[in-house]
Amino acid sequence: MKLLLSIFIAGLLFGAGLAISGMTDPAKVTGFLDITGQWDITLLFVMGGGLLVTIPFFPLVQKKTSPWFSDRYYLPTRKDLDWKLITGSALFGIGWGMSGFCPGPAIAGLVTGSLQIVYFVLAMIAGQLLAVLFEKKL
Amino acid sequence: MLEPNIAGGIVGGLLIGSASVLLLAASGQIAGISGILGGLYGKWTDTDRLWRLIFLTGLIAGAGLISIFSHGLTVTLQTQGFQLILAGILVGFGTRLGGGCTSGHGICGLARRSKRSFTATLIFMVTAMVTVYLIRHVIT
Repeated sequence: MKLLLSIFIAGLLFGAGLAISGMTDPAKVTGFLDITGQWDITLLFVMGGGLLVTIPFFPLVQKKTSPWFSDRYYLPTRKDLDWKLITGSALFGIGWGMSGFCPGPAIAGLVTGSLQIVYFVLAMIAGQLLAVLFEKKL
Repeated sequence: MLEPNIAGGIVGGLLIGSASVLLLAASGQIAGISGILGGLYGKWTDTDRLWRLIFLTGLIAGAGLISIFSHGLTVTLQTQGFQLILAGILVGFGTRLGGGCTSGHGICGLARRSKRSFTATLIFMVTAMVTVYLIRHVIT
């Protein structure tokens, strides 16, 4: 119960952070990506603010042998740079630039009830499922 | 053009960072939204699905709370219809193949000093900037 409650609170804080920073508005995101236009640097401060907390506290948290309410840490272990990481990230960037939506703000934006965001999230899920099928074919 | 909101950006960023630290400290999981979403389907157990649903519900509720206090969230769509769907497919396909998005690679991966996350963040930032450049300054 404590586990699920803390996960819910983490979700709440994350969603509140996205909304307070204005990142739930795709115009703020494309405004940042448009470096040759009238550059909106807000997103840089969002990433900076996030890293200001995660950079010092992640190593502190990981010093503990196990999380508070769970048996172990679920961390990625791969270190190699493969073509999937590179191609996938490149394609994600194209979609992000086209729409101004990355997964967090798109899902948080569902709260507005915008049908267009519902379509976007469904397309995103379809894209993930396509990638699963694609990886199976390899 | 929208005015940069530096104070809101920093406060929001601090909240997102704190959320990521809390999730890791409590559950041992990385707050990567594409990964949390992606784990909902596929060969996962019910308990594993449950925490993902709870986190995503919290995410939507958190944005909703701020929306109530700020008289609604502004969402200015940058594209619609087919292009929006195509963008969604690219975001889903790309984050799955590339193993993460702005949160997992950007906020969490960089803090873990992961070379993969650093590379991924650099690549998606560049392709996104090139895409916006082409759409705003070349095509139109």
